[in-house]
Amino acid sequence: MERIVLPEIPNLNQIDVYLKNGGFEAAKKAFSQTPDDIIEQVKKSGLRGRGGAAFLTGLKWSFMPKTTDMPKYLCINGDESEPGSFKDRQIFEYNPFQLIEGAIITCYAIGAKIAYLYIRGEYHKWIKLMQQAIDTAYEKGFLGEKMKSTFGVDFYCDLYIHKGAGAYICGEESSLMNSIEGKRGYPRVKPPFPAQKGLWGCPTTINNVETITNVPPIILKGWEWFSKIGAPKHPGTLLFGISGHVNKPGVYELPTGILLTELIYDVAGGVPGNKKIKCVIPGGSSMPPLRGDQLEGVRMDAESLRAAGSAIGTGGVIVMDEDTNLLKVLLRITHFYHHESCGQCTPCREGTGWMEKILKRIEQGNGTSKDLDLLVSVAQNIEGNTICALGDAAAWPVKFMIQRFRDEFEKYVKPQVVLPVPNKVHSMRFTKISLDNIVLKS
Amino acid sequence: MSFKFTEENLKRLENERKKYPESLAAVMPAIYIAQEQNGYITNEVMTEIADVLGIDKVDVLGVVTFYTMFHTKPVGKYHIQVCTNVSCMLRGGYEIWEYIKSKLGIDNMEVTPDGKFSIEEVECMGACGYAPMIAINEDYYENLTKEKVEEILNSLK
Ligand SMILES: Cc1cc2nc3c(=O)[nH]c(=O)nc-3n(C[C@H](O)[C@H](O)[C@H](O)COP(=O)(O)O)c2cc1C
Ligand code: SF4
Ligand code: FES
Repeated sequence: MERIVLPEIPNLNQIDVYLKNGGFEAAKKAFSQTPDDIIEQVKKSGLRGRGGAAFLTGLKWSFMPKTTDMPKYLCINGDESEPGSFKDRQIFEYNPFQLIEGAIITCYAIGAKIAYLYIRGEYHKWIKLMQQAIDTAYEKGFLGEKMKSTFGVDFYCDLYIHKGAGAYICGEESSLMNSIEGKRGYPRVKPPFPAQKGLWGCPTTINNVETITNVPPIILKGWEWFSKIGAPKHPGTLLFGISGHVNKPGVYELPTGILLTELIYDVAGGVPGNKKIKCVIPGGSSMPPLRGDQLEGVRMDAESLRAAGSAIGTGGVIVMDEDTNLLKVLLRITHFYHHESCGQCTPCREGTGWMEKILKRIEQGNGTSKDLDLLVSVAQNIEGNTICALGDAAAWPVKFMIQRFRDEFEKYVKPQVVLPVPNKVHSMRFTKISLDNIVLKS
Repeated sequence: MSFKFTEENLKRLENERKKYPESLAAVMPAIYIAQEQNGYITNEVMTEIADVLGIDKVDVLGVVTFYTMFHTKPVGKYHIQVCTNVSCMLRGGYEIWEYIKSKLGIDNMEVTPDGKFSIEEVECMGACGYAPMIAINEDYYENLTKEKVEEILNSLK
């Protein structure tokens, strides 16, 4: 299988090696065509965003206004903070120049003169590696004003790294823009969309690191070639990050549409001790979890996973074996979203707190079966009622985990019974009593 | 305790400033540089950042308090960050966390009396496939066991 994003070429992170293997040929080719041609090719290739929502990249680029006096910007999202995702760092480390080449082609296509590469602050090592690559690209004339003479074209762009500082929410595109502007990372209300009003109120496109790295091969080898790889409606390869209970966790670049079971058992070496799988989260912690007995035939692309009741997300597959305590898992995930909620919208700010509180109560042994319904109800009240998708990201694991693993969660709670004990004041009402409060007299 | 950027750091900051059309955008790089110089962010540090960038101090404060990587209290010479998020948890992240807590005798965001170590329970660090993991200052340590952690801690002088 041919790899697109992380080719098996040793030392590809060295500029000489990159150039020897066709580096910046795609950029040359791109500059001989019009920006609209480039957008058209990316549209036809079927490339979809790798940052979570799998939105059509060419279509997103086409939203950028053609006639405007305002500067335009590209933001490349390398915040990579979704639990279970650790793929973009491989690009920073092993193929930084293809990301840079993708950035300049994208800037040319959308008419941006500045691209900001947002990298999470904890990635010190990868920020350094990426900065070295950018410095080299400037020296060799692949970035900045020198591009004009290097490529013989009346266009140039700059690429700057903006270092995050530990906030998951800054991966959300509008929060990311606020963070670049030097503000608190609060998501913005949409519309207006970034292509209309983005960075400093100017037209802006935001794409994931892996998305941008896919661009040079599409331009160089053609959209037909790309569109034939993997699942037809979600073509190309994905950097699948597999973690949790597998023998060989790691990042693997494979065509979309591969069977989830193949990924777990053949690629990642199966589950330690040959245990059964209880649960798999297929696309990073925000995506609905699947039961171990729901995995057969599920393919790893946007359409198949939607049909299976989940989503592709970032392609971060988290595997849990039969001995996993799902209550602990759900509590940990919910704690994360509560901690990372920016607090702007009440359903998200309060709801994540309530869900964590209820789950803690259950963990301490004081939950009742009704708490499970309450959790689902709180989750449903967050879903769709917030400014950004973090609300949904917090609600989905709770809602689907409890719905799909109700049998297991029932084991962690006390059954609630409704006894027809007449209430003294309102004799027509029933009082609910937990089983523990009933003393049996013999 | 007054705070002034060193000449060299002022130059670095000027360089960062050039990347953006507005000076407010250089506030995060400025805080990073200040934290490197001073160890943590104080009231005086924020005044200096606001003065140098020509922005309101309240905007500096707002950013400092929003992001977890900006510290308003001193941390240890070695700031140990332990990930306990889901992928790490499944592979023993909490055992590593408990072990480090008891070995150093401190809790989350505390510093040992000699100022050598501080510890922080952190969210996913993007190392899920190499779990469990910790980071010490800027460096990642992956695929850990208690034994390996002990070795690492003992090697820190
Ligand atoms: C809470 C939250 C966190 C996100 N984190 C990231 C991230 O770390 N990296 C990323 O590329 N996209 C992230 N996204 C998705 C971005 O908002 C955006 O859709 C994406 O960067 C667009 O790029 P793409 O079209 O190339 O996928 C996040 C979204 C939400 C709601
Ligand atoms: S959904 Fe949550 S994280 Fe997103 S804007 Fe609202 S409060 Fe902030
Ligand atoms: S869960 Fe620990 S690094 Fe991702």
